Amino acid sequence: MPNMDPKKCPMPAQEPQVRAHNFDEVTLGYTPEMAVNEAKRCLNCPTHPCTGGCPVAIKIPQFIKHVAEGDFEEAHQVIAQDSALPAVCGRVCPQESQCEKYCVRGIKGEPVGIGRLERFVADWHRAHSAEKAKAAPHNGHRVAVVGSGPSGLTCAGDLARMGYSVTIFEALHVAGGVLMYGIPEFRLPKAIVQKEIDGLREMGVDVRTNMVVGRVESVDELFEQGYEAVFIGTGAGLPSFMKIPGENFKGVYSANEFLTRVNLMKAYREDADTPVQHARRVAVVGGGNVAMDAARCALRLGAEEVSIVYRRSREEMPARIEEVEHAEEEGVQFHLLVAPLEILGDEHKNVTGMRCQRMELGAPDEKGRRRPVPIPGDEYTMDVDCVVIAIGTTPNPLIRSTTKGLDTQKWGGIIADDDGLTSRQGVYAGGDAVTGAATVILAMGAGKKAATAIDKYIRSK
Amino acid sequence: MYTILKKQELNPTVTRMVIEAPEIAAKAKPGQFILLIVREGGERIPLTIADHDRKAGTVTIIFQIVGATTRLLNAMNEGESLYAFVGPMGKPTAIEGLRKVAVVGGGVGCAIAYPVAKELHEQGCVVHSIVGFRTKDLVILEDEFAACSDKVAAMSDDGTYGTKGLVTDALRNLIESGEKYDEVIAIGPLIMMKFVCKLTKEYGIKTVISMNPIMIDGTGMCGCCRLTVGGETKFACVDGPDFDGHQVDFDETMERARQYKDFERARDEHVCNLLKGAN
Repeated sequence: MPNMDPKKCPMPAQEPQVRAHNFDEVTLGYTPEMAVNEAKRCLNCPTHPCTGGCPVAIKIPQFIKHVAEGDFEEAHQVIAQDSALPAVCGRVCPQESQCEKYCVRGIKGEPVGIGRLERFVADWHRAHSAEKAKAAPHNGHRVAVVGSGPSGLTCAGDLARMGYSVTIFEALHVAGGVLMYGIPEFRLPKAIVQKEIDGLREMGVDVRTNMVVGRVESVDELFEQGYEAVFIGTGAGLPSFMKIPGENFKGVYSANEFLTRVNLMKAYREDADTPVQHARRVAVVGGGNVAMDAARCALRLGAEEVSIVYRRSREEMPARIEEVEHAEEEGVQFHLLVAPLEILGDEHKNVTGMRCQRMELGAPDEKGRRRPVPIPGDEYTMDVDCVVIAIGTTPNPLIRSTTKGLDTQKWGGIIADDDGLTSRQGVYAGGDAVTGAATVILAMGAGKKAATAIDKYIRSK
Repeated sequence: MYTILKKQELNPTVTRMVIEAPEIAAKAKPGQFILLIVREGGERIPLTIADHDRKAGTVTIIFQIVGATTRLLNAMNEGESLYAFVGPMGKPTAIEGLRKVAVVGGGVGCAIAYPVAKELHEQGCVVHSIVGFRTKDLVILEDEFAACSDKVAAMSDDGTYGTKGLVTDALRNLIESGEKYDEVIAIGPLIMMKFVCKLTKEYGIKTVISMNPIMIDGTGMCGCCRLTVGGETKFACVDGPDFDGHQVDFDETMERARQYKDFERARDEHVCNLLKGAN
């Protein structure tokens, strides 16, 4: 009998007032009983629209059926056929706009907690399976992957499973890309990411850190070295700023810098060698997941007041609903329909405030999103000593400027077709380097498609 | 990987290290920099490449002990390895076609100015080197500059080395005596570069300076190294580290360089005590 509770089994979590002061994971995950109960809410409907909503097409009803039967390892095997990083995706995917959006149970009540179940299965497997990833028999072909974020890891994993000898080139000193430097520990514990990377190594993937492709080897030199295809997954790139006065004052961070200091360099720890400002009052500009992450990190670093400043209204916020809710529960304030005009500073250029403009929603733009327009004369000043700017990024010029014949968009993104093929034979690309800042799962989907295309390309040579 | 093959004290506060890094050595050009982490969990700091040897597969760095990380680095010995060493980052110094250049180096900045002077000299350019130090004990690379310069003007704050005075005094004298430079390349403390630029602006001589701001990733991801050049925000790691000195907002850059001063002082004291305890 299916469980007809209209609501999802609630996710156990640290109390907001407790977790706002530590970097431990916010949500604690389902117990096996909770997972079985929630899995029983799935009707196993014949059309399974959820799978169509998943960028990597996980066989969702099939894995959930195994969970309902208490066969968690079997459930993991089903997910593993399509996703290389379930422990990551179960935590950071925007399920409400993907799989769960199409769930039949969502018509009258809440959809099945697919993301929570995926996380449970991945965590269960990690805790209970001692089985090491095996290297597939080598097929004699070599592929280079540039960047070790979600698209690169997925592409490398899929190719390694097919028997390719894969080398990942990572610019930073640790692999994982945004999963390591961007998404905070309390949302995605780094040990989980590390485990996924260790798994790739066990499969024979060579992960070379401290290698900046374009500065050491160029893409062309990788081909000369015998790699038959190259996948570029170099990520979102340089942070954008607002071009308003005061943006270079001390206490103004890009979200990338703020999060990198905190997450990658562990600046939140007492004994860290890398500093970060422990601000009193922080304004975070932007409405996406990155903005929420930065705001919640600022809170955990001890700020008395943290505000999100976003120029549109709540409905237009691109962040996952859960992140917005969590931020709000923890005490993050929301200044909606507000745009910064100027960052104010003292004689030593330390931030002392931010002058803001109130906005209202005007006529829809070409995408149908109502455009925010200033309300004349309606300005106010926020008392802040730190501003974090989380309004997006522009692609890093390094690869495109050192790779001849690689076509890019006007805004700098690499042009690639649905399979990830670029204008250069044998060169594939995916993730934020192609789409601009997007999600982990879309990057994984792109890495997966590219791996299939690369396999086809090399076999047809 | 990243083994320290040679370590040499150039003066009590400045050390030279030769690091095994064949991939970087194969591509390095004057003006580019590396980022290093001394030990796991440590800070990432940028250092300009002082020299490289493609055949031996080595990169030379010269650094001044100014804080916790450089103190830890200086405590490393030959045969030990650095946790991370990545590069060559940034754009190489543009020196093609230059026929007569004044290279100005201040303090440990001379370590960065030297490979540029050497490269200019090797391409047949007339090089006038102006090097400045606080005092005689801090002088570095004296012979090296002599070998690649057509003229050397040595300056010190206290008169114990060369002429007493500032590098700007020497540069002004050279210009006033009729020397015509295609370009001035100035590398040293921000305050020195600021005043060199002020001087050369008077004479309308193009001046290139090399920035060494605080960086985190140094690969074009975090934006920490930004500065204002000609009213626009630029990133030292990908747009630089060299910039047109007449366009740089030095006052802003100097403030940004002081952002973590208190933390850095406390951290340095902590490391200093740790190292004392270990000895």
